[in-house]
Amino acid sequence: MASLKKRTTSAAGKTYTWLDRRLGLAKPLTEAAQHPTPARSASWWYVFGSAATVLLGLQVVTGILLALTYSPSAGEAWSSLQFLNHNVTLGWLLRAIHGWGSDFMIAIVLIHMVQVFLFGAYKFPRELTWIIGVFLLLLTLGMAFTGQVLRFDQDAYWGLGIGASIVSRIPWLGGPLVHMMLGGPIIGGQTLSRFFALHVFVIPGILLALVGLHVWMVLRLGINEWPMPGRIVSKANYEHEYHQLTEENGVPFVPDAAWKDAVFAAAIMLSVLACALYFGPFGPTGQPDPTIIQTAPKPDFAFLWIYAVLAYLPPSLETPMLFIAPVVIIGCMLLLPLVAGEGEKHWKRRPVAVLMVGVIAVTLAIFTQLGTYTPWSPIMEAWSGEAVPVAYLQHRSPLERQGALVLQNKQCRNCHALGGAGGMRGPALDSIATRMTEDQIIRQVLQGGGNMPAYGKALSPAETRALVSFLMTLREKNLAPAVDASRSLTHAGAMRVPAESNLLRMP
Amino acid sequence: MSTPHEPGVQPQPEGTNVSTTASAAKDALHTRRAFLFKLSLYLNGAVGAVLAVPILGYLLGPAFKKSASYNSWVSLGPIGNFPEGETRLADYRNPVTMVSDGATGNAACWVRRIDGKKFQVFAINCAHLGCPVRWFEQSRLFLCPCHGGAYYEDGSRASGPPERGLFEYEYKIAGDNLMIQAGAMPTLATEACNKKPKPLTQIESASPAASTQEAQVEERSSSWPA
Ligand code: FES
Repeated sequence: MASLKKRTTSAAGKTYTWLDRRLGLAKPLTEAAQHPTPARSASWWYVFGSAATVLLGLQVVTGILLALTYSPSAGEAWSSLQFLNHNVTLGWLLRAIHGWGSDFMIAIVLIHMVQVFLFGAYKFPRELTWIIGVFLLLLTLGMAFTGQVLRFDQDAYWGLGIGASIVSRIPWLGGPLVHMMLGGPIIGGQTLSRFFALHVFVIPGILLALVGLHVWMVLRLGINEWPMPGRIVSKANYEHEYHQLTEENGVPFVPDAAWKDAVFAAAIMLSVLACALYFGPFGPTGQPDPTIIQTAPKPDFAFLWIYAVLAYLPPSLETPMLFIAPVVIIGCMLLLPLVAGEGEKHWKRRPVAVLMVGVIAVTLAIFTQLGTYTPWSPIMEAWSGEAVPVAYLQHRSPLERQGALVLQNKQCRNCHALGGAGGMRGPALDSIATRMTEDQIIRQVLQGGGNMPAYGKALSPAETRALVSFLMTLREKNLAPAVDASRSLTHAGAMRVPAESNLLRMP
Repeated sequence: MSTPHEPGVQPQPEGTNVSTTASAAKDALHTRRAFLFKLSLYLNGAVGAVLAVPILGYLLGPAFKKSASYNSWVSLGPIGNFPEGETRLADYRNPVTMVSDGATGNAACWVRRIDGKKFQVFAINCAHLGCPVRWFEQSRLFLCPCHGGAYYEDGSRASGPPERGLFEYEYKIAGDNLMIQAGAMPTLATEACNKKPKPLTQIESASPAASTQEAQVEERSSSWPA
């Protein structure tokens, strides 16, 4: 027994020597693994980059597995995903892991970026590492967008439509670029093939190459030291100081720091798995058939904030913003280390940096939150789905009740809520009569204004009259309706005109 | 590829002392090889440039095609399907499709029959960012589910983020059939390519050229009140 063990170990040793004689990798790899790391940097704050790399590996593996079944053809993609979900053993779980892995990867890459920013790790001599990191972020988002397209469902179809419409706004080149993007005149087979090639070959290829460079530079330049207030980075002294730091109280990366990376990576992978098991795969939603128009397309989580911004931009600003803002934002991120390559690293001495992170995070969170419930979108079924609350019909005259019917029939509730149900595109109508006078309501209904279309052509005078008399009853208890102050003066005057006949004469 | 020896320069037999003439010969060989290497780089540059032509041509092919060249007349069915004064959804198969397009090769449009042979055919794609607009008969509006764009029944912009009215297809009536000129998905840029005047500000052409059309073809008119 003992001799057998001895023989196997010696055989393994021989194989190892045989291999390393030819590969010569043992020495450089051991050196890389044990490169000295500043002791304080062996911290839980420094685990995000490696976790992102591990997630990338997970995505590559699950992606290849999904490609075994997925059919990148516009006519079949959707059904091949259904097949994966329902017929292939554990296909649904693989899809779920790939989908959640993508969300986790975006999140971890963003957290990694914020950590690097707040710890000043982008400063000299790691400027290029940051710049490549910015491209890695963009590529990760590119993977998320193209991946969403491959889930060839209604959201993907109309998402492509939105993409094409954005591209079409580029001055002069818009038309040709739309056709370039779609691979033809419509969103179809050619389009899906293009995005498949991007998602499976082009972007991952660049992504893996840049990750290689990124990691290589981390090894070459060393892991960022723990920032100290008052320890200033200068190009003249930094390398010398860093060398001292790692010489004096450095620890080998493996195992002193790496165990934390490994534990965190494992925790993240388990979280992905847990989400995948609990929430399941993303979609696919309805079939990508453009003749089915009963749909309210929405982008994936990572892009919800863009969707919200596009809803809020005034039309005149939209095209310039669409093309200038990304250039400025990406430009700023790329230039950051070149402009601020020296100086303080510690966040306590960089209030502007901390403030910026806070403002950007809150802004993104708010827009994402808005994107999840889209207050600007009409609720297309509200008019037929939500009844007028009973309380609003009690003690009303027949004319006023008729008005409630008009409100419902004319689909006003797609945009206006009543009793908390209905669209949020326009203001809720529950207390409209305390905010607007009768005349103002009539004018608003007939001529529109602000975000409201004019209903002059869609309403007969009788309908208008009923509608407005109903709306005038909508006010909180004990509150008088809003009145036009000048009215009472007219009324007090000699030529008193009855308000009702006034109404009927509206155009 | 072997390089022929220059006359007079012989390879040194092994084991002999390295003389000055030998090192001079080596230097000469080196400069020659360096030169040849440079030349090979230029050669590969030239080959690359030649290869770039088919690669770029293939890649950019779709960009050079005019949107209008994709368009042709498609039938939406007999005009009897479209009652006067109403707006109805009509489906058709896109004239340019491939096998792999599947259901994405289908298309829909909104047909508004004003009266008689006067029609308006709108794209379902919102003029803002292309989401599918839906017609609301009672409020006489097209509403967009994405960002809340709204259009009046004549397709003109009512409110919301769109900068303009709905895209319109050209139409004609052939026999009893309503035909539209369709093919490329309408967007702000691709729509502009296939139509000369902007649909909603178009003023009816007074030139006699317009009346020399096929007798059966009813030109679309936008003289109805906006
Ligand atoms: S796509 Fe219709 S409003 Fe934005």
